[in-house]
Order: sequence, then structure tokens, then C-alpha cells
Amino acid sequence: MASIPEAPKFIGVPIKRRDDPRLIQGRARYVDDFQLPGTLHMAFARSPYGHAAIRGVDLSKARAAPGVVAAYAGADLAGKIGPVPVAGLVPDARVPVQPVLAGGRALFAGEPVAAVVARTRYQARDAADLVEVDYQALDAVVDLEKALAPAAPRVHAQFEDNVAFRWAIAGGDIEAGLRAADVVIKQKIANPRVVPLALEPRGVLAHYLPGEDKMTIWSSTQVPHKLRTLLAQQIGMAENRIRVIAPEVGGGFGSKLNVYREEALAAYVTRELGRPVKWIESRGENFLATIHGRGQLGEAEMGLRRDGTITALRYNVLADCGAYYQLLTVAIFTLTGLMLPGPYKIPHIEMKVTGVFTHKMATDAYRGAGRPEATYILERMLDLAALELGMDPAEIRRKNFPAKAEFPYATSAGLTYDSGDYHAALDKALQKAGYPEMRRQQAEARRQGRCLGVGLSTYVEICGMGPSAALGGQGWESARVRVEPTGKVTVFSGASPHGQGQETSFAQIAADAFGIAVEDVEVIHGDTDVVPYGVGTFGSRGTVVGGSAVVFARDKVRDKMARFAAMRFEADAADIAFAGGKVFVRSAPEKSAPFARIAQMAYDAIQLPPGTEPGLEETHFFEPPNFTFPFGTHVVLVEVDPQTGEVKILRYVAVDDVGNMINPLLVRGQIHGGIAQGAGQALEEEVIYGGGGQPLNATLMHYALPKAHQLPRFELDHTTTPTSVNPLGAKGVGEAGTIGSTPAVVNAVLDALAPFGVHHLDMPLRPEKIWRAVSRARKGGPA
Amino acid sequence: MNISLCINGQSRAFDAEPRTLLVHLLRDEAGLTGTHIACETSVCGACTVLLDGKAVKSCTVLAVQAEGSEITTIEGLAPGGKLHPLQEQFWEKHGLQCGYCTPGMILAAWQLLERRPDPSEEEIRHGIEGNLCRCTGYQHIVDAIQAAAAQMGGKR
Ligand code: FES
Ligand code: FES
Repeated sequence: MASIPEAPKFIGVPIKRRDDPRLIQGRARYVDDFQLPGTLHMAFARSPYGHAAIRGVDLSKARAAPGVVAAYAGADLAGKIGPVPVAGLVPDARVPVQPVLAGGRALFAGEPVAAVVARTRYQARDAADLVEVDYQALDAVVDLEKALAPAAPRVHAQFEDNVAFRWAIAGGDIEAGLRAADVVIKQKIANPRVVPLALEPRGVLAHYLPGEDKMTIWSSTQVPHKLRTLLAQQIGMAENRIRVIAPEVGGGFGSKLNVYREEALAAYVTRELGRPVKWIESRGENFLATIHGRGQLGEAEMGLRRDGTITALRYNVLADCGAYYQLLTVAIFTLTGLMLPGPYKIPHIEMKVTGVFTHKMATDAYRGAGRPEATYILERMLDLAALELGMDPAEIRRKNFPAKAEFPYATSAGLTYDSGDYHAALDKALQKAGYPEMRRQQAEARRQGRCLGVGLSTYVEICGMGPSAALGGQGWESARVRVEPTGKVTVFSGASPHGQGQETSFAQIAADAFGIAVEDVEVIHGDTDVVPYGVGTFGSRGTVVGGSAVVFARDKVRDKMARFAAMRFEADAADIAFAGGKVFVRSAPEKSAPFARIAQMAYDAIQLPPGTEPGLEETHFFEPPNFTFPFGTHVVLVEVDPQTGEVKILRYVAVDDVGNMINPLLVRGQIHGGIAQGAGQALEEEVIYGGGGQPLNATLMHYALPKAHQLPRFELDHTTTPTSVNPLGAKGVGEAGTIGSTPAVVNAVLDALAPFGVHHLDMPLRPEKIWRAVSRARKGGPA
Repeated sequence: MNISLCINGQSRAFDAEPRTLLVHLLRDEAGLTGTHIACETSVCGACTVLLDGKAVKSCTVLAVQAEGSEITTIEGLAPGGKLHPLQEQFWEKHGLQCGYCTPGMILAAWQLLERRPDPSEEEIRHGIEGNLCRCTGYQHIVDAIQAAAAQMGGKR
């Protein structure tokens, strides 16, 4: 009797990425790498002012410059291109119309005022410099609190003040909760604006073919289908005549989950001129005119009993929208409210958000998108509370976790966390860190006059975005799986990964079910003419939702294949198995055929009974019934030099629970990158504005991105609590690191500064800020 | 003006404006798009190539300055479609995600190993501080460079 072929297993194995060979050899193609003959290059004249009246735009010199083919000012495009699309609004939000080029007023530094199109990149940039704009600089609204003063200049004259929207969320009875508290901790906390800074700037190449009335757009985007739909509406072209290709995309972190002015302009201009039009963002433009992240300034109030039990949390916050909304500007702030209770049992919560218009670029989704802000508030407040109550930061957290048996756990913000075991992650992290030893080390260092600090954060995040009801109807993701006649398998995914590695992990998912090698699976994504309509990659949803769609599509195909095999072997379809490159009858393994043989049969209709639908190709749109809720604990040891204010991260321990892992190697990579970004925000990153609304550090020389030598070796571990909301049991990992790390690092630094009586500083904790606080404290002044 | 140089072992001649940056010549004229641009201000290192065996940021070199020199780009690091140990180890250790920083990072690492064939972790972290990566948090890059150094046995 033939032996049963060994069951393959790729899911859960840390196999190396299949997309790497082209990337490490310089053969991958990002938008700017596509060079079509006759391509014209677009460049922009942008407002140097945060707020200015535009009294006139003179394009004559630009038009006369060498190589220039066309030039446009706002007035030239009036009525021809629709406004920049927005979604995810809350009721009664005031919605300003964002034109593709500024009209009478420029509302943020970097706002495009004129576009020029020329034969070469250099000519386009030269000509953009020749655009003469008659600006009258006006007072700008920069500070969130001042923006709401009655005398503040208005960002939008049509609204009576700078309030963009108001939104609130409440659970329980906040006043009763605060009354029940023995202590109430209050703290004003800022979460400053940061720049997502994908290393590849944005870029678009649009090519309209007049003969066919078809347009192809190569865009560095996370959401090709969404871009196509919205762009079609914006430029008034049938959606099905536009093909959007997201080729290799050099990072996004939320910044490319958007539809920007430059994309619409490129699409418009190629149709006007009938030639390919390319725009590649410079890093300077990326700082000014690609969305920023965070941007909250709030007051938090936490009530607790003497034993550390949290009774209530209130958060009143001003949300910096910028001058115009981008796609999800408003929605991001609401995510903070949904996650306000975090991993703790907080019976009474309330969050009131006031969205504020400012003379700045819009804020929008940046890695974590609203959840890091919630976690930051909670984790800071808990440390302040622990200090007040004389408790250990680990104990106060442990005290407030729901027990494992309490899941599914309904929070006061209205979410239901399906699964979790927060104690386990905390315990594991403390053990891995050697927490008591760390504390001893800290005490010893203090005796020697050194400043060591231990910081903790325990978090839960909302991932796998998500049920459609919570996402404007589009929380699903699509996949199509085709078994080719030769037995090769092609997976078409509507998700649009850009560095996360789904070309590998989706192949793992497909290969396992068909019992074939990963090498025999090809994963295609990012082309709207080829893949089913998709939502895209963001919100830690690529694998959770997109991968689940692959599971269902794959299973549909496999079931059909099993029926064909059952016919051939005269067996029951339920008895057909796939393994080792073979399809066989489980109860009679000698009845077997190569996988490719059954595949071929499906396309040779003569071999199929009459009335059978040939072919092996199925599509599935997966709708997740709920979000997923990954969680974890991060523990950080830092040393602060009180003479210079410099911070060195000595150890970084992270225990994350992302559910089942498809490819642990990729999971590690995601967590590393997330921690680095979160630590960057904690210590260095912030967009600093001058009084006129100009960012003062909008270059890589002045905006400090974490470098290799500033980061420690991360010590990672995990617990595994699978979710039941998807067939993979995966919960998503894209944002965990960022969410956990920012508060952990800040808490560590403030723990180090505790002997000076410095208990809170706003991010980023740059040396100067720390040094000043320490100096003040030493002089006996207020911390 | 005419510029002649040797790119990845091949002699090439171009007619380019005097102000043309080397990175634009390589990408737009020579069609070697493996060299990336992420800042144009000599900070990020994405545009790193080897000029006469030294790592340079090609966004800050004029093409004319490279006249007569030998340039190696990521496409030419390993001849004949083979992988250089650094490339192999970046793949093996998951030293890249979006891959945008990768060509520059690999060539900067090449330079580092040329100077210090057996670097410590600390030396690697400092050695690549002129190259930014937003995706990886650097740890797997450091691992890859260390593994490549071991694979090369202290010899380049
Ligand atoms: S592009 Fe040359 S260093 Fe950044
Ligand atoms: S891999 Fe994306 S920037 Fe380094």
C-alpha cells in the first residue's frame, strides 16, 4: 500500500521572501523606474507661506522657458478637476473643498499654486521657479489653542470659527466614575505631528492613450482600486477605462493611503496632452505636502481607587486637522476614542474631540493611526498614577487587566475584544527583561549618580480593519485563486502590499492547502486590470483580511478540484487529500495522481462529465465579522545623561501577541520597524512650525529619523492567542511595534528623571528638553 | 557636454548638461534604476554607488565629476547574475522590507567591510549611519552585514 504523502507545512514557517531577489539586485521597479518614451515631467510652484492671499499668478515666464509644454494655475482648472476626495467623516463635520491648485488663498506652506509640464525633470523644476505669484502674507493659525480664540484668523472664511468637527464617545457615567475615585490624576498631554516618511517619496506616472480612450496610472499607492474609483470621479472619466498599477512601493505607513492633488493633475494633464506625464515628489515636498501623523493636544483625567483600580478616564482633545481634510483625516481621531480603554477595565470613559483647522498640511493615517495616541494617553496616565499611589508600574497594570476568562470582553467604548491574555504577555515580558534585576540595577545606578529608567507599556490595538459596518462599507478584502492547467497556482490579491511580504505569506497560505511547493505559487497584486476589486493594505489588514480571502478562494478551488479527483478515482470528494504534490484518496492512497494532472483535467472539458463547469478559478470577498485585537507588553531600559540630556536605549524587550503567525520572520521584521518608528517619535521626531506656518525642519537634515546606532538590539518574544474572527487566527502585526514603543520609551525616560521631580514632558524627548527640565529642577524651579 | 565613464565594467559615453547629477545620469540616461533617490541632499544614502571603489552618494556628485572613473551600481555588484554575499545575507536575514533603501545600504555595507572586514555590531551600526531605513529598524540589516562578513571570511 502506498504511503500517505507527508503533509506540507508552510504556514508558520519563517521562510525567506520571494520578492527579495529583484530588490537586492536593483531590478525591482518603483514608479520613477518606469521610463516611457515621450514622458513629460511635472513640477509645482508651491506656497512658501502658511497663509497668504494670492493676488495673481503669472505663468508667462514659465511658459516661455526651455522645454515647457504647458503650465496651469488654479484658475485654468476651475470646474475641470473635482476636489480632493474625503471620506470617514463624522456628522456635522465642516468640509472645506480642497482644489487641486490653490485659488485665491494658499492655506498651508507647500500648497501647490501652479503646475508646469516640461520635457525633462530639470526643465520642469527650472520653469516652476519662474512662476511668479503675487502673494500677500497673512497671519497664520498654527497653535491649536490659539486657533480657537475668538480673534484668531479663520482658516476658512466660510466657517465662523476654526472648529472642523466635534465628536464624542462615552461609556458608563464619567462623573460617577470620577466621584468614586480616591485620587484623580490630571495631565495635559501632547502628541505632536510627525512625518510618516516612507523612504520612497510619492510619485505618479499617468499615460492616456487617446485612440483607445484608456489611461494607465502608475502610482506609489497603498490603495490602487480606491485611487482609481476616486480619481475617475475627480477627472470625470469612466472608471473602467482607467488602470491603476501600484508597482513596487517603497513604504507607505499610511501616507500613501490617500488620493492627492498631484495624482489628479497628472491624470488630467496626460489626457490634455496625450503624452505620459510623470511627477516624482522631492523630499522637501514630501515634508510639506504629504500627510502628517498624530497631532493631538489633550487633557486627560484618570480616577483611581487607592488600590490602583481605575474608575474612570476622561480625555478632552484638540485634533489638528490641517487646512483641508485628506481621505481619512477625521476618522483617525475617532479611532483614538474607540481604543481609549485599552487593555484595562475602565467602567467609565469619555472622550471629546474638537477638530481644529490650522494652516498646515492635513494629518491622516500614520502607522497606528489614532491607536498609538490612545495607548500613549493611557500608559502615561498609569505611570503618573503609579507614582501617586506608590505602586509599581507593572502592578498597577496587572491590577486592571481583564482576566483571560473574561473574554470576549466588552469595553466601555463599545468594542468587543474577542480574545486576549494580557497577564501572560506582561509576565513573559517582565521575565524576559529580568524586571526585578532591572530595578535593582536602576537603584544601584542611582546610588552612583547615574540616571537609569525602566519604562513599560501594555497595549491592545484594533487591527484587521475591519468589519465593513465600521469602515464606511469597505472592510472586506478580495482574492482570486487560479490553478493553472500545468498545476501552477496564481493568487490574485486585492490587498496591495508594499514591503510587508505578502508575495511570500500568501504563497504559503495557498501552497499548504494544495500540497504543493511555495515556489509553484505566484502572487499578483497592485494592478486594477488584473486583480479583483480590492480595498488595500493598511490598518494591519493585509494578511488578516486579505490572507483570509485567499483562504476562502483557495478552498473553493480545492473543493472543485477534489470533486474532479473524486470522479477520476471513483471516490468520495470528502475523501480526497492534497499533499506532496499529489492528489489522492485518503482511505486508499494508492489511488493518486500528480497535482498537475488533475489541474490539466479541469481544463480539458472532454474529461469532465457534461454540464460540469470547467476551469479552476474562484474569487472570494472576505468580510471580517469583527476587528482583531493584538496586544503585548514592551519593557525598556534607558540611561539619561543629565549633563547633556541625551538618552540611550540600553535594552528593549517586546512580547507581542499577534495570534497565529503565517511567517514569523516577517512578523519580526514588522515589529522591529514599528518599534523604531515609535521610538523615533518618542525621542526625536516632530514637525516644528514657525509663527507664519512654515515648517522649520522640513528636511532630512533637520528632521531626525532614527539611525542604526541610536537603536538597540530588540529582544522579541511572543505569546499566541489566536482570534476566531478569521480562518487564519491571525491578528495583524503592522502597527503593534509603533503602538507599544512610544509610551514605553517615554515612560522609561521619565522614570529615569523621577529623582529630579520631573514626571511629565511632552514628546519628543530631545536632549535639550531633558537638559532644561533637569536644570530647572536642580535650581529648585518647577519641573 | 560629453561624459565618458565605465559603469559596471562597461565603457559608456553620454551627452549631458554640466549640472546633471550622477544619480540622474545613472537612472535616466544609463537606465540603471536600481540606484534610488530619497532626499537629493546627501543624507539618506539611498543613492549610494561605488566610484572608483569608494561609496559615494550619487545625488551629490555631478556626472562630470565622475568623468573617466569606474562606477559600480547595485546591478553590477555581483557579475553574471550571481549574488554577492551581502545580497545573499540581506535576503537570508530579512534585511529589507520595501527595498527602497536596500541598494544603497548594500553598497555602504560593502564599503564598511572593505575597511573593516570583521566589524563588531557597534561598528556596523555606526558604519551605516549615513543610510536611512524606515522599514526594518536596522536589526536585520546589521545581522545581514555580520553574516556576510563571516561568509566572506574577513576578505572582501
Ligand atoms: S538621495 Fe542621495 S543621499 Fe539621499
Ligand atoms: S526597507 Fe524600506 S526603507 Fe529600508
